[in-house]
Amino acid sequence: MKRKNDTWLMALTALSAVLVLLALYLALAGAPEANLQSETGRYAQRIIYFHIATAWVGFLAFFVTFVGGVGYLRSQKRGWDIVALSSAEIGTVFMLGVLVSGSIWAKPAWGVWWVWDERLTISLIQFLVYVGYLMLRASVDDPVRRARFAAVYGIVAFISVPINFVAIRLWRSQHPLMFGSEGGGLGPGMMFAFFFCLIAFTIWYVTLMAHRIRLERLRDDAEHLKQRIMG
Amino acid sequence: MSYLRKILAIIGKDIVAELRTKEMFSAMFVFAVLVIVVFNFAFDLRVSGERVRQVAPGALWVAFAFSGILGLNRAFIVEKDRGCLEGLLLAPVDHTAIFFGKMASTILFMLVVEAFMLPVFTAFFGINLFDPWLLLVIVLGTVGFAGVGTLLSAMTAQTRAREVLLPILLLPVAAPVLIAAVKATAGILDGLALGEIALWLQLLLAFDIIFPAVAFMTFDYVVKE
Repeated sequence: MKRKNDTWLMALTALSAVLVLLALYLALAGAPEANLQSETGRYAQRIIYFHIATAWVGFLAFFVTFVGGVGYLRSQKRGWDIVALSSAEIGTVFMLGVLVSGSIWAKPAWGVWWVWDERLTISLIQFLVYVGYLMLRASVDDPVRRARFAAVYGIVAFISVPINFVAIRLWRSQHPLMFGSEGGGLGPGMMFAFFFCLIAFTIWYVTLMAHRIRLERLRDDAEHLKQRIMG
Repeated sequence: MSYLRKILAIIGKDIVAELRTKEMFSAMFVFAVLVIVVFNFAFDLRVSGERVRQVAPGALWVAFAFSGILGLNRAFIVEKDRGCLEGLLLAPVDHTAIFFGKMASTILFMLVVEAFMLPVFTAFFGINLFDPWLLLVIVLGTVGFAGVGTLLSAMTAQTRAREVLLPILLLPVAAPVLIAAVKATAGILDGLALGEIALWLQLLLAFDIIFPAVAFMTFDYVVKE
């Protein structure tokens, strides 16, 4: 039973490795050059393939944490908590990736590392919420209570996302949309690379989830065995 | 005993405890004054005269938010430390009544501190803050902040990190309250028409309804053993 799962996991890992490598090739060389004046700008533009795919995974992971939290509160099953925890950890890393890759792109494109644009602000707040979620978990010893608190915070945080979005959008409404030209500016070759990255990163996320969930299960098993030997 | 009476009983208990110790009010008020003093140092060299108006709404809400966090922290840590939370939970009342009672007393304490802060602020910044619409913004902002804050405070009081954790969990979630409250306050101070700040008031109102509702559904999981 276990062995069959492991074979699947290996296959999934290999698949996502190939896909991410292909995505890397497409983003760096495969996709056609952007129609931009400066050379730096043309190179920097290639970040968006990974940047947007990373952002997509970051927000998807957040949604999964929310679903895991609701599932846990309804069923009190450890499995839901493991899903929520795993997704939050992966989401944190991806969200940090979004902030860093965005900054690297912003410097040549806008001349600054950071502006309080709506998307940047919401991503930063999202990242901080994830950090808070993990700190909350680290600060509770009792596993049942930890799972419950994390679930409640995951739900509260998720519900705050759309409200935050509306608030930040209104707050920044006087600013021009800096991404405006981009959606329409992607040619057919670029579109292919863009969606390929999106799919590759999603599969990568699923793979990471499978590994992280398996790890937590093993940790639980080890804990049970330890208790049985001690008691 | 009706649901409302139970909530009132908890508010009454908190008011009596506060009147006897006065520890919450004094800490929150002095801290809020200190935040204003710090702001004066921090912006002294660059902001003067007419430009004070531009930082005033932000300084006001930072003072309210930070002193509010002090109050929110005390709301459940006091109960926890003296073993009163278990007593409260054993009482034959719905747990959500405890939540609403605690939320209401926190809002009350915050509003009292804010009422004392307004003349101080008016004196320091030379801006008249006694405008009925501004008072409405302050009430709506305080309710929004305390609504989600009370739920999170009940959680953090039971963790190891305790008061350190509350601002970390609360501030990102409560960001819309701060944005909307600061924008509405600025709009009123700049003398904008009501139509231009109505959107912010609606956002505050939405926040004030949504989060107490979420807390109503989840509070049981936060306090049950």
